[in-house]
Amino acid sequence: MSLPIEPFVVADDRAVSGAAGTTGAPDYVVFLGRRRLVLARLRRNRAAMAALVLLVLLLVSAFLGPMTYSWITGASYTDYDVTEVLQPPSAEHWFGTTGIGGDVFAQTMRGLQKSLLIGFLVAVISTGLAAVVGAFAGYLGGWVDRVLMWAVDLLLVIPSFLVVAVLGRGLGEAGWPVLALLIALFAWMITARIVRGTTLSLREREFVLAARYSGVSAPGIVFRHLIPTMSSLLIIDATINVATAIIAESGLSYFGFGVRPPDVSLGTLIASGTQSAFTFPWLFLFPGGLLVLTTLAVSVLGDGLRDALDPGSTRRARR
Amino acid sequence: MGRFLLRRLVHHLVLVFVATTLAYVVASIALDPRSRYEGRNPAPPPAAVDAQLSAYGVNDKDPLIERYAHWMGGVLRGDFGTTVTGGSINDELWSRALVSLRLLVIGSVVGAVIGVLVGVVSAVKQHSFTDRLFTAVSFVFIATPVFFTAVLLKLGALQVNEAAGETVLYYTGYETPGLEAGFWDTVKDQVAHLILPTLSIALGLIAVFSRYQRNAMLDVMNSDFVRTAQAKGLTRRHALYKHGLRTALIPMASLLAFSLGTLVVGATFTEKIFGWHGMGEWVVDSITRDDINVTATVALFTAVFVLFSTLISDVLHAVLDPRVRVTA
Repeated sequence: MSLPIEPFVVADDRAVSGAAGTTGAPDYVVFLGRRRLVLARLRRNRAAMAALVLLVLLLVSAFLGPMTYSWITGASYTDYDVTEVLQPPSAEHWFGTTGIGGDVFAQTMRGLQKSLLIGFLVAVISTGLAAVVGAFAGYLGGWVDRVLMWAVDLLLVIPSFLVVAVLGRGLGEAGWPVLALLIALFAWMITARIVRGTTLSLREREFVLAARYSGVSAPGIVFRHLIPTMSSLLIIDATINVATAIIAESGLSYFGFGVRPPDVSLGTLIASGTQSAFTFPWLFLFPGGLLVLTTLAVSVLGDGLRDALDPGSTRRARR
Repeated sequence: MGRFLLRRLVHHLVLVFVATTLAYVVASIALDPRSRYEGRNPAPPPAAVDAQLSAYGVNDKDPLIERYAHWMGGVLRGDFGTTVTGGSINDELWSRALVSLRLLVIGSVVGAVIGVLVGVVSAVKQHSFTDRLFTAVSFVFIATPVFFTAVLLKLGALQVNEAAGETVLYYTGYETPGLEAGFWDTVKDQVAHLILPTLSIALGLIAVFSRYQRNAMLDVMNSDFVRTAQAKGLTRRHALYKHGLRTALIPMASLLAFSLGTLVVGATFTEKIFGWHGMGEWVVDSITRDDINVTATVALFTAVFVLFSTLISDVLHAVLDPRVRVTA
């Protein structure tokens, strides 16, 4: 169904519209669900759409790229051709070669895979944790709320980069999922506070009261009513967390506290490229450029989602 | 206002203590100074290794509480202990702290002030080319990690230096070693060394501040009291800058407090890349070398810095927003 110029939405509930033509409402009144409206607003935001396309491209090249690349040029992540050391970008090696003959494109794609995986994992864990803790704290109140918020304040005080760096060094051999868990453990606190605030205002709404009086248990109310109501907030937060998680992980890996060799991530690649950034710039610029592109795409998409889900946040100054 | 600040000070002091304690505990558990003595040939006798580690206060066979009490007792007396190589932490502490503070303070002030200005301009000229340009550039800088910006700046400095034929922009160290010159020449030299590292930190801050300031300013521009002021007869500019700007600045004080954590981490990268011997470089080296005391000391320094800056931002908040002074 194509949209008229600016559809006048009467209700979210399709039951109101009934069978075609029986409501007596004029033709230009269109009943749309909230999801359609949000998607339409998102589609109109050209920057966010471009970011989405870019992100899909990056995902495809990160996960399908290496196979296609080795099919086209024959080079892969584990090949070290010592006859072609430190070559600039060419047809056989799209991003050039490293100091020991490794192919930069293959390594960068592998690093991008790792960074994207860690970013998404951190976002999911931290947003999930924030949602659960915040909703329970807000809904149950009392001493549960006090204890949970005290824990949140405590975690906010800790210098998180330092602690994750130290712990990452101690647990380095356990692999990147543990690293993702560590980063997520220090990323959920602010969202938990926001979720708690929203829960406090949602607590007295009729649908929650109705659920309570019908005997739904507290966890049931939290998971089946409160958290789904806040889903737009959580989606925006998760998207933005992906960007911050990727930057955090690459920062840690840059110093050697995150992903360890022989694993590569964009951070480790940038670190090894930094020493030769002046003389062999392709070692540094390609991983770094891809990192910036990824984070940029995710940030712009998150911003676009926020504008689509909450149009009151776009401001027009009245002259 | 005095009582308000006093309460906040006590609150922050408790947080400093908690943060340092946690950092010490985590470092003691996760770092392993004993590994520095392993793999040596001939292997040192275990008793000697134990004695050495105990002398430094980092023996993992001693109970954690004892080690912590010993270290904390020293700190309260002003002695921060020894590094894993036996050097005194106090000796290096003050010079490194000054180096870091120079970078942090100047970077944050420059970043905040220019960020606010950019945000205001962006809001006043909303949807113009300038606004769109600033917004796009801000997005890019928010997405770029500090270490990438820093190395790109170094690359750019190299090109500038080559084009100018002489060293215009310095990208290593915080002063020219062995420079014997008068006061003003020394200051000029240090400022010249400061430019690039400050830019590395400040650009990210400018991006974040300008985005938030733009939103805050737009809110103010649409608000009733500005409209009333204009209806009274003030020009739009007068109403905006005399009444609106102060209100729009209030969220910036909170943002300053929040952005401190990222600022310190960014300074760590900058110090490492530009070769500044500050606290950030020290902590990275110490984590790599399994040095518990230095890690805890730097955590303490970071917590104290965050405390002072948060206090300053609380004062700013109280100055800008009279409601805080009245209700506190």
